[in-house]
Amino acid sequence: MKPFTVHRGRVAPLNRVNVDTDQIIPKQFLKRIERTGFGQFLFNDWRFGTDGAKNPDFVLHEPRYEGASILVAGKNFGCGSSREHAVWALADFGFRAVISSSFADIFANNSAKNGFLAVRLSEDEVAELMQRAEEIDDYQVTIDLEKCEVRDEQGFRATFPIDKFVRHCLLNGLDDIGLTLQHEAEIAVYEAGHPAPATLRAS
Amino acid sequence: MKKTLFEKIWNDHLVAQPAGRSPILYIDLHLVHEVTSPQAFDGLRTAGRKVRQPERTVATVDHNIPTEPRGTPITDLIAAKQIAALQSNCKEFGIRLFDMDSPDQGIVHVIGPELGLTQPGMTIVCGDSHTSTHGAFGALAFGIGTSEVEHVLATQCLAQQTPKTMKIDVRGRLADGVTAKDLALGIIGQIGTDGATGHVVEYAGPAVRALSMEGRMTLCNMSIEAGARAGMVAPDENTIAYVKGKRFAPRDAEWEKAVAHWRSLPSDDGATFDKVVEIDAAQLCPFVTWGTNPGMVAPVTGRVPEVKGLEETDRRATELALQYMGLEPGRRIEDIGIDRVFIGSCTNSRIEDLRAAARVAKGHRVDAKVRAMVVPGSQSVKRAAEQEGLHRIFQDAGFEWRESGCSMCLGMNPDILQPGERCASTSNRNFEGRQGRGGRTHLVSPMMAAAAAIAGHFTDIRNWKFQ
Repeated sequence: MKPFTVHRGRVAPLNRVNVDTDQIIPKQFLKRIERTGFGQFLFNDWRFGTDGAKNPDFVLHEPRYEGASILVAGKNFGCGSSREHAVWALADFGFRAVISSSFADIFANNSAKNGFLAVRLSEDEVAELMQRAEEIDDYQVTIDLEKCEVRDEQGFRATFPIDKFVRHCLLNGLDDIGLTLQHEAEIAVYEAGHPAPATLRAS
Repeated sequence: MKKTLFEKIWNDHLVAQPAGRSPILYIDLHLVHEVTSPQAFDGLRTAGRKVRQPERTVATVDHNIPTEPRGTPITDLIAAKQIAALQSNCKEFGIRLFDMDSPDQGIVHVIGPELGLTQPGMTIVCGDSHTSTHGAFGALAFGIGTSEVEHVLATQCLAQQTPKTMKIDVRGRLADGVTAKDLALGIIGQIGTDGATGHVVEYAGPAVRALSMEGRMTLCNMSIEAGARAGMVAPDENTIAYVKGKRFAPRDAEWEKAVAHWRSLPSDDGATFDKVVEIDAAQLCPFVTWGTNPGMVAPVTGRVPEVKGLEETDRRATELALQYMGLEPGRRIEDIGIDRVFIGSCTNSRIEDLRAAARVAKGHRVDAKVRAMVVPGSQSVKRAAEQEGLHRIFQDAGFEWRESGCSMCLGMNPDILQPGERCASTSNRNFEGRQGRGGRTHLVSPMMAAAAAIAGHFTDIRNWKFQ
């Protein structure tokens, strides 16, 4: 997994609440069996008309937000389906982080597994960033995972909460399967005391 | 120390609690389907890992299979490739698969319980958010992403932050015509789509105890729509009776031991929760969603809300939702006409759901401008319904009777809405485009969906003329 330490980038504002994973990556694109190539389908139904033409009004198609790597959005971002494709699509499109006042649990978990940061700030702080991203040309922020801090060059500075272990894995780009397998002995002991039920063992 | 149902199961499954890391939890049952697993199996291959416990891993195909008669070729080549990938992955890693042609195929959250795979006290995961369904048995069951699917395949464990606990205490009893689905919608309408984020919910109180196992599954299924990590109902004699004799249920001495354990699981009197919500069942009625998330809900006798007076964020969200739904503020819910009806999904496709819908449909005709389909949750549900003659009732009334699968709940297979079509659906999500791009979904109970199919618009099931 790609480590996340400090990232500075352009901010795109998505001023909607409850952005669900069906919007982030519609179901017709979930049939692919690869982990890559989902960026082209990100927010498909908002970005493109039914004829495939670009919707010029959608925020990510505004030239001023081109190349944005940080998305700021309303509360409860990533609600709904467990599809990790949502995080794959955001990352493949070029985003490294989403800032919101709250995230759905599964989306937050999926983010952490992909070196993608779900940054939780207060509603007021999110509203402030949203406004700055809308008003200031080439608005950029720095997300500093070492200090758990978001800051800009216009005086904004806020800290965010994150689970210590999740932060550790993100900072170091750790594969958590490998970490769990360090407990092989304990897993084996647990399994010895809890064998699979007989009905599952029978063919 | 008094413990909750959740705490008992959690503690029973702790493998290790490394300092400075998330606790490592053992997973008893891992359910797998075609959409969220191929990348996980690829990950195993890349790392040279095996499936640690193939016996505890069970797979089926449900999300993108057609509901046309079985044997009809799959014309969507990408879908066919994904199904083929699951078949070859199960073969390579030694995993039991209930394939397309299996008499036990069905929606993963329908077949788990009906095969007796789902049991009280278990930890159950699946790469699907509606895994919360299995909590109806007093199991800790939750949805995971593909990276976590790979993690469980490789280790049979998950590193998980400890969730908070919430009790939703439902007092009183549900009136006739008010179902578990209405209870779920009523709860989400009250606490919001993020009302339970970070929490495992235990549903309790007399109205929950009075629900059948299938009703409890419907209720727990929609926990994720309130943002909950999981939903659960304490096991009782109904639970034990339901599991008994099922194909994968414990037998003989194992059964006695299991039942004794299950009886010890309910939350201790006086156990505390991080949050408690009280709901008065008598205040609930048949609900219909009017917007683009399950919290946007109104009584069938109510109206689409006004936007005037809402604070900025809510007003904007409501306006966007109404614009998408093609509805104006103040419209009576019963005046909303529909084009399509979908009875199915892991929320409402079990035999009791089909019986309830058939009771409404019996002796009536689907409105001429409505196309209505019934998609049983599994082959087993389909057989049971056909033995009871429910399929004849539906077909005589003009409903299509299909093969089992997720179908139009998420429209990954050919069952989709056309742009602008309005659907009364027994599924769980009314997100934009969920059932097909531009499609407009209203979530309702199976009885309300059947009644809407016949009336051509939403109608209060409490006034229905049963034939």
